Amino acid sequence: MSIWAYILSTLQAAIPAGTPLLYGTLGEITAERSGVVNLGVEGMMIMGAVTAFGVSLATGNVGIAIIAAALVGGLLALIHGFASINLRVNQVVSGLALTMLGQGISGIIGKQFIGMPPRAQLKPVPIPGLSDIPVLGPLLFQHDLLAYIALLLVPVLWFLFYKTRWGINLRSVGESPATADAMGVNVFQVRYLAVFFGGLMAGIGGAYLSIVYTPAWIEGMTAGIGWIVIALTIFAMWDPVRGLLGAYLFGSMRVLQYRLQDLGISPPLLNMLPFALTILVLMLSAGEAIRKRLGAPAALMQPYTREER
Amino acid sequence: MNTWPRIRLEKRSDTPHWLSRVTPGLSVLAALLVIAVIFGLLGVNPWIAYARILTGAFGSLYGLSETVTKAIPLMLAGTGLAVAFRARVYNIGAEGQLLIGAICATGVALFIPGIPDELRLPAMFLAGALGGAVWALVPAVLKARLRIDEVLTSLMTVYIASELVNYLVYGPWKGPSEWGFPYTDKFPLAAQIPRIGMTRIHYPTLILALLAAVLAYILVQRTRWGFEIRVTGENPEAARYAGMNYLRTAILVMALSGALAGIAGVGEVAGIHYRLRYPQGISPGYGFTAIIVAWLARLNPLGVILTSLLIGGLLVGGDAIQLAMGLPSATVYLFNGMILLFVLSGDLFTRYRIRIELPERVSVLVRQEREEVR
Repeated sequence: MSIWAYILSTLQAAIPAGTPLLYGTLGEITAERSGVVNLGVEGMMIMGAVTAFGVSLATGNVGIAIIAAALVGGLLALIHGFASINLRVNQVVSGLALTMLGQGISGIIGKQFIGMPPRAQLKPVPIPGLSDIPVLGPLLFQHDLLAYIALLLVPVLWFLFYKTRWGINLRSVGESPATADAMGVNVFQVRYLAVFFGGLMAGIGGAYLSIVYTPAWIEGMTAGIGWIVIALTIFAMWDPVRGLLGAYLFGSMRVLQYRLQDLGISPPLLNMLPFALTILVLMLSAGEAIRKRLGAPAALMQPYTREER
Repeated sequence: MNTWPRIRLEKRSDTPHWLSRVTPGLSVLAALLVIAVIFGLLGVNPWIAYARILTGAFGSLYGLSETVTKAIPLMLAGTGLAVAFRARVYNIGAEGQLLIGAICATGVALFIPGIPDELRLPAMFLAGALGGAVWALVPAVLKARLRIDEVLTSLMTVYIASELVNYLVYGPWKGPSEWGFPYTDKFPLAAQIPRIGMTRIHYPTLILALLAAVLAYILVQRTRWGFEIRVTGENPEAARYAGMNYLRTAILVMALSGALAGIAGVGEVAGIHYRLRYPQGISPGYGFTAIIVAWLARLNPLGVILTSLLIGGLLVGGDAIQLAMGLPSATVYLFNGMILLFVLSGDLFTRYRIRIELPERVSVLVRQEREEVR
């Protein structure tokens, strides 16, 4: 295999590997834009994974499985939303609690699914015409439906964030909730919607893992992906387009990880790579943030109350 | 016009003493009730499960001794986290610091010749504490230098530490006498922490843990530096205004909590297993469970002594129901997450008063009624 073909096949595999990360990151970007950090992504994803696998076993229908996974993710996110928006608890600890909860419940529910073959799978759908283009065709247009939807969501979210009234409301709630409130924006409603959307996306990301990427249920199969999502959100500077770059970068990392294993490099050392790379990426974005004066939404992690303004 | 009753939170100016004492306990009870419902939905009889947890952990001398054994790492790591969280420094990486402590202790136990027998264990404890502290300094320095959030970086170092253990026990440190298992060789006798009788309570570590909790309490409540920690946590603005150095405080509490978690790791390999093993074999998530221990104690190091015994019991009881009722080991996380969520929300009642405002129409009616009564 020539070097060029090797790179191409790595990049092609990077898209499915990066898709769960992309879903999670797009969701978390939206939630954080409204001022709520949800560290429960890992828990929502693993619940999405177990739900999707279980529902697909029961119904044999991939669509229903994905919707169920999204709803379970959203439901969990609402717990965090209630705790952080209404009860004003510490968002870091509440998100951690959500992750533990997801790991626990998914472990109990999933025990019966261990070792079972999947009943339904999502197959790649080459897009007629486009998939025949040399290089770009196999790279971008020979994937499954969920991978396409994730790709499409990027421009959609970008448009919503920067070109619509809804996006202005979302961003203003994350930057200065008191001002947004004075302008007549319902701060609580916007935050709840954003957090719920984050949960939907994390749920779908989890579903992608258990019914597309590795069609099976393995306890703890998210293996830290949810935490990488949190880091990618920072790396993306809360921008969906940069989120896409980050997700596929980490996707190619995962692919390389498996390929280098064939060259005889110790698997534990390779398994460290994504986490070491995460720290590196955080360092790079911190440097960039200081240089360009970019930053997190100003009201990130700050609960809002009318009474204590 | 309001048509629904509204729930409003009013900040309390001061919290009644009894209330802050009662809420953690009530929160745990509420969490256990919700877990019972979830168990019921999943087809597990919750009352049998709870009875087994209780008898498993506290119903026999063996159970009690295991509860104390599991409380040791929780007490050490939980004490460090209580101090760090007090300064609002979120060290989530205690699990990794614990593993690094275990690695350092193993290195001293097996690979450094020439240490006199009576100094072998002290050297291991020292190496473990140093290792844990240095590992915790990575996120601390990144926070101080680049303002990178310590939550994520400290968590990433857990995964890296865990893979480092895997690398060592599957690779260079794999013991030739261990029949192909991913273990190092057994520690020599001088590198084994003594235990009480037939139990697994490695008492020197227990004494260290109790000492750490008491000293940390004195540190936080009675010293100038503890004052800085408390002010930094409660009011960062005021701390800065008073000329306190936030970053120095952050680095110091990170190092302290890392060192204590490292000592916990030494205790596990030198007091329980006598060898380094795959990471889940050393610690079933003690570093994460310690977060709950610290929070349940309301970040009071003395309280950690009590809560670590309580959660230690829960772990022992959890093992018992896993065996008896066929539940997976992840069940412990369900308990952890739910208890944490409820304790966190329960804190609300100590900080806020809850007022229920009736809809305007209703309140007008109520007022009229009152006037009629007059």
